[in-house]
Amino acid sequence: MNTGRRNFLKSIGSLTILFSLDHTHTLASLLPADPELPGILQRVPAINAWLEVLASGSVRVFTGKIEMGQGLCTAVAQVAAEELDMEMRQVEVIISETNVTPNEGYTGGGSSTETSVLAVRYAAAAARKELMDLAAQALAVPAEALLMNNGRIAAKQGGRAVSFYELLNGKKLTGEVKLPLTVKRKEDYRLSGKSVKREDFRQMITGQSMYIQDLRFPGMVHARTVRPPGYQSMPGKMDEAALAKQIPGLLKMVVNGGFLGVICTDEYQAVKAQRYLEANTRWDVITPPRSTKALPEQLKELQAQTRTVKTPALPFPEDRVTLKASYSKPYIMHGSIGPSCAIALYHNNELEVWTHGQGAYPARDTLSRLLGIPAASIHVKCVRGAGCFGHNGAEDAAAEAALLAVAYPGKHVRLQWSRAEEHAWEPYGTAMCMELAAVLEPGGRISHFRSDVWSDAHSTHPGGNPELLISANYLARPFIRKPNPVGGGGYRNADAYYNIPNQTVTAHFFTGPLRVSNLRSLGTYANIFALESFMDELAAKAETDPFAFRLMHLEDARAKETLFRLQEKVSRLPKEKNTAIGIAFSRYKNNAAYSAVAAQVTLDPATGKATVKKMWCVADAGEIISPDNAVNQLEGGMIQAASWTLFEEVKFEGGMVTSRDWASYPIIRFSDVPEVEAEIIQRPGEKLCGIGEIVMGVSAGAIGNAVARVSGKRVRDLPIYGTR
Amino acid sequence: MTKPVTLNVNGKKHTLETDPDAPLLYVLRNQLALNGPKYGCGLQQCGACMVLLDGKAEPSCMIPVTAVTNKLIVTLEGLAKADGTLHPVQQAFLDEQAAQCGYCLNGMVISAVALLKAAPNAGEQTIRQGMQRVLCRCGSQARVLRAVKRAVKNKPR
Repeated sequence: MNTGRRNFLKSIGSLTILFSLDHTHTLASLLPADPELPGILQRVPAINAWLEVLASGSVRVFTGKIEMGQGLCTAVAQVAAEELDMEMRQVEVIISETNVTPNEGYTGGGSSTETSVLAVRYAAAAARKELMDLAAQALAVPAEALLMNNGRIAAKQGGRAVSFYELLNGKKLTGEVKLPLTVKRKEDYRLSGKSVKREDFRQMITGQSMYIQDLRFPGMVHARTVRPPGYQSMPGKMDEAALAKQIPGLLKMVVNGGFLGVICTDEYQAVKAQRYLEANTRWDVITPPRSTKALPEQLKELQAQTRTVKTPALPFPEDRVTLKASYSKPYIMHGSIGPSCAIALYHNNELEVWTHGQGAYPARDTLSRLLGIPAASIHVKCVRGAGCFGHNGAEDAAAEAALLAVAYPGKHVRLQWSRAEEHAWEPYGTAMCMELAAVLEPGGRISHFRSDVWSDAHSTHPGGNPELLISANYLARPFIRKPNPVGGGGYRNADAYYNIPNQTVTAHFFTGPLRVSNLRSLGTYANIFALESFMDELAAKAETDPFAFRLMHLEDARAKETLFRLQEKVSRLPKEKNTAIGIAFSRYKNNAAYSAVAAQVTLDPATGKATVKKMWCVADAGEIISPDNAVNQLEGGMIQAASWTLFEEVKFEGGMVTSRDWASYPIIRFSDVPEVEAEIIQRPGEKLCGIGEIVMGVSAGAIGNAVARVSGKRVRDLPIYGTR
Repeated sequence: MTKPVTLNVNGKKHTLETDPDAPLLYVLRNQLALNGPKYGCGLQQCGACMVLLDGKAEPSCMIPVTAVTNKLIVTLEGLAKADGTLHPVQQAFLDEQAAQCGYCLNGMVISAVALLKAAPNAGEQTIRQGMQRVLCRCGSQARVLRAVKRAVKNKPR
């Protein structure tokens, strides 16, 4: 196998991404800055791990994160082109790939900007310094008297210009990214902080090869898997001879314990084989004990491990409680529009895997342990998939493609999950319950706040542990799943950012009936829905306006400004019959970006149906690389959150998921999509924060509050259109 | 058993050997190597696989290939002019940056093209109805609505 960068890239050349941008080039002066280096640069300080100069006059930038629609590639190209005074079209971006990009673990937490984009900015700044020093030698001109422009360096006075490539003479950059480091002054930015058009957009809109589903290799064969009826079902009887009679293009049926796959020359043949086996395979179903109770009560019955998150100065005065309320959210799916897909090739004891999973290196480590193949003999390349919003079936599919490829060596095996597989087998965002209580002082201020959260795990990314892959649990030699880890994400934003002197926060971690992992914003979605609903309920008790009530509990000026600006947008709207506004605020993780959201909801008095008409968001995420892309994330976040909040609930019975398509698990359609408006408060001097996950909880809170106002009915158990 | 089938795709005739039951989507993607129509559900529920059949937007994931031999089939790849000029609907989507991951874009653009052909002055409600069959998980619908309205405004007069 060839793990060399260039050759491998050449073989999938159609998927590399180039950017272009028309702009009037201006040169910026440089001043020293004193940035803190992201942790990844301390582990991977070599400039050439991040950036490579190409003979074509372009640079190639390596990010260990993946592009999943969040605009990472554009942001990476923007900051690299900025520091190197190039055009964006001269920057090629490669996403997570073993032996090619740095190992940045998994992509998630809305944090790829906070880590990878900053790392590339500093790597590009360090590259600039090295190139300038080389040019100073080559041209015998002091570095201060040189000018860098579009991949070439010349004396400011004019004269001969040398290209980056000539300066390196075919060699790589040798320096390291370390402090002190000179980066461009933010006031001199011409790209960063400006809205640039995503050039991948033209590729997308004209149907060029972009996604994992679009990869085609000569001789590639097609695979499908056949699932047991539930998580714990064990192998039944399969008849390969009968299958072969039905399916002329059958190349192989792979049976490994309860893992069942078919490989055919033609994709539709594989679909037919899958259907045949689904109809003709007997499974020994192991039904888990049923709970007689519905969610959320069912969750509180589960054995839980308790963790004290926050202990107050003064104990909670049980006898003086003003308000207690219980909230819940059901299991929610990632619901990627493109079901998981992967391609694997096993040849000469080497394994190559193409995946839309969230990190190439963790996937390699998991595959190595699953298959007993040394990590050095496994090459994993991340390719774009449909938006995933967390850990969905991608890594499972990659492992299954690898299992099939090992059983059928020498060919690229392409596995495509069906819609039903993606719906029923992905790891969901866990169901949660939140019990809140508070004491209001006579002046209307909250003196005590108590939050009890029940949650399953929010991250079960395999990261080297095959037992977290679904199929690995029912192989002939299974990897047995352990109870889920305690902590991480369940109590994210369970403690209020508000200025409340005594806060008690306790988390109760259970291992629930359904498979779970990280979904956009983890526990914040449920915790902020509960907290912000509760704040409105408390404001009503205090007979205070929801804006004023929140503002009186906030001291942070940036937090207040998001609310002030939101108030400006919605306070002067004309009053309409059967219409109300609800608001919510949070600071993500209580230490990152701020957001305030308002939702306008109308009630049809005839049907009783509440409709979200419009949503507004004001966000402050510090420095912003691409404002339009950030607005896109906020708008999309509000609409996705509206979908979760109004419609979504994974249904299951007897250990089997019954939400298996878009009819049994509806998500928002155009008829229900609200108008959305997002405003960003840009603070170039402040720390850059991820923006991808920040509006999920606040959107739910705002919608719930608007529904309560317009209908007089407080919905505490999501979804709002649910039956409970 | 396969049999020869002739399809008219993006203005060209293609004769190919295929299982006559095979849904159009598989033939377009695997035999004609087109990337526009996407597999999303195989159930005609999500719209990712939309194509134009005689100018109407239809899902291609269930309809057997033999049922469309007499239709003019246009995919996302067939919308732009030969010189690369985008279709006005594509241009409007690009101008509005109306996507995130882009996986649903095919269904969005194809549906909008058919919608604006049938209703060139479509207003808000008509647009929403016309786009109703297409799902987006990233929440790009607000931008899609703006893009379709822009295309209505920019239509050739």
